[in-house]
Amino acid sequence: MELFNSESKKIINDPINVNNPISLQVLGICSALAVTIRLDQAIIMTLAVIFVLCSSNVILSLIRDYIPARVRIVIMLSVIASLVSVVDELLKAYLYDMSKQLSVFVGLIITNCIIMGRAEAFALKNGPSKAFLDGLGNGLGYGMIIIIVSFFRELFGAGTITLPDGGAGYVLWRIPEAWYAAGYENIGLLVLSPGAFFILGLVIWGQREWFGLEEDV
Amino acid sequence: MNFLKKILAQSGKLFEEGKPLSFAYPLWEATDTILFSTNTQNKSGPHIRDNMDIKRTMFFVVIALIPCYLFGAYNIGYLHSSTTAVSSSILSDFIFGMTYVLPILITTFIAGAICEIGFAMIRKHEINEGFLVSCALIPLTMPPDIPLWQLFIGTCFGIIIGKEIFGGVGTNVFNPALTARAFMYFAFPTKISGDKVWALVPDGYSGATALSIPANPTIDMIAELAKNEQAINATNLFSLNSMSFDFSTSNLFWGLIPGSIGETNKLLILLGAIFLIYCGIASWRIMVASVLGLISTAGLFNLLADYSTNAMLTITPLEHILIGSFLFGTVFMASEPVTSTHTNKGRWIYGFMIGVLTVIIRSINPAYPEGVMLAILIMNMFAPLIDYYVVKGNIKMRISRNA
Repeated sequence: MELFNSESKKIINDPINVNNPISLQVLGICSALAVTIRLDQAIIMTLAVIFVLCSSNVILSLIRDYIPARVRIVIMLSVIASLVSVVDELLKAYLYDMSKQLSVFVGLIITNCIIMGRAEAFALKNGPSKAFLDGLGNGLGYGMIIIIVSFFRELFGAGTITLPDGGAGYVLWRIPEAWYAAGYENIGLLVLSPGAFFILGLVIWGQREWFGLEEDV
Repeated sequence: MNFLKKILAQSGKLFEEGKPLSFAYPLWEATDTILFSTNTQNKSGPHIRDNMDIKRTMFFVVIALIPCYLFGAYNIGYLHSSTTAVSSSILSDFIFGMTYVLPILITTFIAGAICEIGFAMIRKHEINEGFLVSCALIPLTMPPDIPLWQLFIGTCFGIIIGKEIFGGVGTNVFNPALTARAFMYFAFPTKISGDKVWALVPDGYSGATALSIPANPTIDMIAELAKNEQAINATNLFSLNSMSFDFSTSNLFWGLIPGSIGETNKLLILLGAIFLIYCGIASWRIMVASVLGLISTAGLFNLLADYSTNAMLTITPLEHILIGSFLFGTVFMASEPVTSTHTNKGRWIYGFMIGVLTVIIRSINPAYPEGVMLAILIMNMFAPLIDYYVVKGNIKMRISRNA
């Protein structure tokens, strides 16, 4: 299969735009709310999810002919769980501060509906190269939304923009003291989980308006 | 009049479909219907012949709120002048208060109008007068020196998230004014809660509201009560000599106490309630039921007060009615026709639960001494469910009667 023909482009593009796992399928909301307090957490989480999603899709797609349909959930879970453990150990070894902040949410990638969903819906029915592209597309779609949400939550909730580095995060920009002196205040609501819901809801609204997507009610 | 009519009819052609100004049609339509009665008729049923259209309903609510505004402005000035030893008259107090109330009012209306007109143009619906009521209610729930930019954001949030995303006036689930206040309460807690913001008083005076005193009594207050060998309960706390303001029951009624702009004077709120009930706009069932709910829960808590150190449990039912914004919320927010229940049985349940929840939130959680806002929002959410089961129950009863 040629790598960037129109079909594979569609496999990558669709989950980012018109079939986004978070904003259109409304999957993976739990982690989208939990790890979006800071931008650097969201970026690391995105990388972890992309890694797990691509590898699990490829592995499951390779062995798809040997999996009995009745026990496929168990096999999917064990593959995904092993990969998540690898990511968790890697984070602990090389990005210890970040793994502290993300705490259980790395482990909870196992139960992220997107990963199981893509394995079930796509990887078990398609070849490994397509499955890889599907994993990449969905991971990027997931990442795009949580990075947007965390950008606004951190900027307006905590007044900083933090990028990931080896330690506790590199503060790219913070709201100058002069603004606070002039009466500016951080919006405390955005640090709480409802704040993530509001931002996420507005992102979903904007995306559906942009692509002209309407749901049948 | 004919001259004006002609101008409107002429200019109306510019706003028709396909004309350059068609995007602003809702603006023209609003001007036309405010000045003259509307020309268009309902195409589909049901048809009700009644002079109480939405416009008149909404305007009556605004009229009922005007006394609260006037007293709120006077109260701001009175609390300020009485603590700063400046010689003052009723008029100067009023003018001082107006310098705080008017900017708040204007900001709210600008924000509300931008959102409402913007949505009317994009969604192509008529400009609805509902936003006037929301915008008239929001300032009354604010402390006097709320930063105006926060108020602007809060109002936009209330109008857009509380109303427009549900489809505009008549289809909203939550009361937009309370949505705005809840947003600001959680987004900017330092400016809309605590004991610094409710009255413009110099340092050294406590601007605590009547609710926050028993919720979080200071060490000094407890020491003073211990010295006089008095029990730590709400009545004793209110009557302490060290209080900056008079928290006697009669003054709680007359409202010369710190609080939101519109909530303090209970007489004016009661007059507003009578006016709204007389005009058939607000439901008396909801108001009575919520007072009953409040009295029963507060009475129950009074019985339990001996087993707890929480001074909030000792507040008597009468004090519960008079302190905080319970009456204001019940009369002007809870009874709002759109977000409350629509069946009579449902109104009793809805109102009663608002009263119950208000006391529970006020008393049990000292972080939220003002429980009315959250109680009404919670019950807004349950209103459709209550109606659903009331209607179902009625159907069931009639089936079994005829079986």
